[in-house]
Amino acid sequence: MHDTTLTALAAGLAAGEFSSRELTQALLARIERLDGELNSFITLTAEQALDAADQADAARAAGNAGPLTGVPLALKDLFCTEGVRTSAGSKMLDTFVAPYDATVVEKLKAAGTVSLGKTNMDEFAMGSSNENSFYGAVHNPWHRNAVPGGSSGGSAAAVAAGLVPAAMGTDTGGSIRQPAAFCGITGLKPTYGRVSRYGIIAYASSLDQAGPMARTAEDCARLLTAIAGHDLRDSTSVARGVPDYTQELDAPLAGLRIGLPREYFGEGLDPAVERAVREAIGVFETLGATLREVSLPHTHYAIPAYYVIAPAEASSNLARYDGVRFGHRCDAPADLTDLYKRSRAEGFGEEVKRRILMGTHTLSEGFFDAYYKKAQQVRRLIRQDFLDAFDEVDVLMGPTSPTPAFDLGAKKDPVSMYLQDIYTIAINLAGIPGISVPAGFVGGCPAEGRPAEGRPVGLQILGTHFAEARLLNVAHQFQQATDWHLRRPAIAEETL
Amino acid sequence: MQWETVIGLEVHVQLATKSKIFSGASTAFGAEPNSQACAVDLGLPGVLPVLNEQAVAMAVQFGLGIHAEIPEVSVFDRKNYFYPDLPKGYQTSQMYHPIVGPGEVEITLEDGSTKAVRVHHAHLEEDAGKSLHETFADGRGHAMTGIDLNRAGTPLLEIVSEPDMRSAREAAAYLKAIHSIVTYLGISDGNMAEGSMRCDVNVSVRPRGQASFGTRAEIKNVNSFRFVERAIEFEVERQIELLEDGGEVIQETRLFDPERDETRSMRTKEQANDYRYFPCPDLLPVVLDRAYVDHLRDTLPELPAAKRARFQDELGLSAYDAGVLSASREMAEYFEAVKEVCGDAKLAANWVQGELSGALNREGLPIQDSPVSATQLGELVSRVMDDTINGKAAKQVFQALWNGEGQSADEVIEAKGLKQVTDSGAIEAMIDQVIADSPAQVAQYRDAEPDKRGKMIGYFVGQVMKASRGTANPQQVNALLKEKLDALC
Repeated sequence: MHDTTLTALAAGLAAGEFSSRELTQALLARIERLDGELNSFITLTAEQALDAADQADAARAAGNAGPLTGVPLALKDLFCTEGVRTSAGSKMLDTFVAPYDATVVEKLKAAGTVSLGKTNMDEFAMGSSNENSFYGAVHNPWHRNAVPGGSSGGSAAAVAAGLVPAAMGTDTGGSIRQPAAFCGITGLKPTYGRVSRYGIIAYASSLDQAGPMARTAEDCARLLTAIAGHDLRDSTSVARGVPDYTQELDAPLAGLRIGLPREYFGEGLDPAVERAVREAIGVFETLGATLREVSLPHTHYAIPAYYVIAPAEASSNLARYDGVRFGHRCDAPADLTDLYKRSRAEGFGEEVKRRILMGTHTLSEGFFDAYYKKAQQVRRLIRQDFLDAFDEVDVLMGPTSPTPAFDLGAKKDPVSMYLQDIYTIAINLAGIPGISVPAGFVGGCPAEGRPAEGRPVGLQILGTHFAEARLLNVAHQFQQATDWHLRRPAIAEETL
Repeated sequence: MQWETVIGLEVHVQLATKSKIFSGASTAFGAEPNSQACAVDLGLPGVLPVLNEQAVAMAVQFGLGIHAEIPEVSVFDRKNYFYPDLPKGYQTSQMYHPIVGPGEVEITLEDGSTKAVRVHHAHLEEDAGKSLHETFADGRGHAMTGIDLNRAGTPLLEIVSEPDMRSAREAAAYLKAIHSIVTYLGISDGNMAEGSMRCDVNVSVRPRGQASFGTRAEIKNVNSFRFVERAIEFEVERQIELLEDGGEVIQETRLFDPERDETRSMRTKEQANDYRYFPCPDLLPVVLDRAYVDHLRDTLPELPAAKRARFQDELGLSAYDAGVLSASREMAEYFEAVKEVCGDAKLAANWVQGELSGALNREGLPIQDSPVSATQLGELVSRVMDDTINGKAAKQVFQALWNGEGQSADEVIEAKGLKQVTDSGAIEAMIDQVIADSPAQVAQYRDAEPDKRGKMIGYFVGQVMKASRGTANPQQVNALLKEKLDALC
């Protein structure tokens, strides 16, 4: 029952093969037993989950079930959840119980889904390995010594291990797509403004976007249909109708124009990853798509621009954690300055402090024009690169990450960690949607005896603003033609 | 040396929106601490601001009211600094692209002359909460500071003038002009005691004739017209003394202490914050449609300067009267209502500025709380105009209405029998009686030189008026008395 897609579970619930309570209990039991190895959850909300499951079962009995009624999932611990600790992976919010639901949470509850708990993450979504969590690192289900990626590492690991069929993530520079790639699942970052940010603890407001992480593109389509839409509480959400994203999944790909950005296949790309990605792209040719090389000339400015803009916004967004109203407060402050200094020094981890310092610096008088203003200009150029490319092609494809999941502790230098996001970060700067789908393995394929060193590779598919239906269609067609997304790590096949 | 004072004002006007600038919480004054602060005002993790359209409309109305440019696009920026009553650690304001561009405010000086003060720009921002430093203890005897976030997120319009004012009086006149514009527009209650209007005053002095400005000091948070004048007067004197003693003024922020009537240094330029302004990524730029601005322009009420001109040109009031009566919207509305009822602008002006203002001042009441309504006063004036009562009786009627002894002038006149006696038979009878009762005075009158008699008639008039309990028509009494007394000579 656990090791299947959200779509299949929803069908099972609809057919009465099992109840939401049974499904919820089974998954909670798996989490209890197996998550010690992964550390993918920060908080398990068993009681609330069972209540929600009972309500879902009652709704179904009353004939009021929707397509997602009774479906279990998990939420990255960045989504405010009423009555539940919402930590953002930080000591700062270790005791913070949100008094309200994020819009995404509200919508998922309204759709009848059952949240099992809050998943682990890099502190305040800052990181690419999930090693920056106050609650400890998450282990990759495929390989315990490897990272699951970040910052939505807990969500990715939980889905890959079959602890939940789907989880919500957020993506500011690749935080859905890169862990999806590292854990061999499907993860969608929607267009900026497609999903409300209300109630999602902010990292970098102009880049943050929530999205689904699941086994398949079809699962992601169901979830996106539930969470997308305009929200009067988020001025940056876009007033635009929400289609049923499952409707276009089966459209044929004949004539699809695929662009391969030259800059995404260059220096720094692991040759084994490149081989897998090129092979995957070859599948589309067999489906009737045409390939052409395109250029995104400002790609190499994306990381520097991101590491100006995101920390600048973060330095301001995280100023509210001052020990005055909520969150960590130091013991016996001598005065106001002491309260601020110690509460923040104790409450934030190293990477968060590094980014607050960077952002504070780049916004300072005398540096603003050279950094922030320049980075915004670069951002416009990067966006234009994509718009120009989409004049010629329908979608862009390339690797999600230059390497497969690296070992825990392998990247001690922050810059080498930042370079991990080379293929994902520009997408957030441009505000366009992107999806990562499983596209092979490096170091041995699990189908051939599942060697320990086998690590998943993700194919990233990019579209223009609000092209989610197209991306999901392309990804779904790929998943109809391949079975990479069906390969499971050993832990997923463990039964109780 | 002759010194010239240079003053610029930053006036913070609290806009009279129902809810806060970025949240749905109420802005009503005086509620229990922290009872009017929602998740957004508290700056809880995950919350986002949503701009209140009413605040935008009010800011634009102000801009139109001072004939300012209204840029098509304005942008909110974050002003970053830490303070316990600033929940998010930044204030959302407008640094680079304010909603109101350059404009002009006309001020009227005491001699009736006018002067234009340029407004550099006006921008929207949110207010912070309040730190309450009084009498809090943590139970272990440590003093604590209370935070009340009811005010956090209240919309403010900050109006920044050019350094165009040259005296404390001009500064006060400018502040009054701003006060009257915003209250006319109904975009603020203008209540300075409750903090609805506060200002920061930039003051410098320079030798008369020098083109460049001296170093300025900024006096923060002055909250009354009187304090503005006093703070400037003190500060100017301080700076001149300093300069004349060979010292120099340092650029700093100072605080006015009304108790001790002085300004004190808060922080110098070196200690100033770097606010790290940058565009707020949670709010979209405000784009104003031309049609929207035109609609607001078309529905703008008549403003003080236009009203003053109309009172002079169309109603024939003096410059002084027109200035006083147009100073506040309430005053102008009251005056115009009185005028509407009685039909005589000059008489209406006299009554509003005379009897009514006197009574209001005595009781310390604002005109909108006057116990005598404009309709009541208008009817009273009408009764004077149509000779139903004389001036003396009119004052009695006014007093009776003020005291609530009657619903209308007519009712009071009737009840108190104040109707003017114009029946010459009745007046003659009273005169005859007074003459009969005053043989000594009549003898004096008769013996006096004819040119002295005019003055002596006053006694008889008084007696007749007294006999009529003030109701006899004084002109008639005068004429008849003169006739009868002269007949005796």
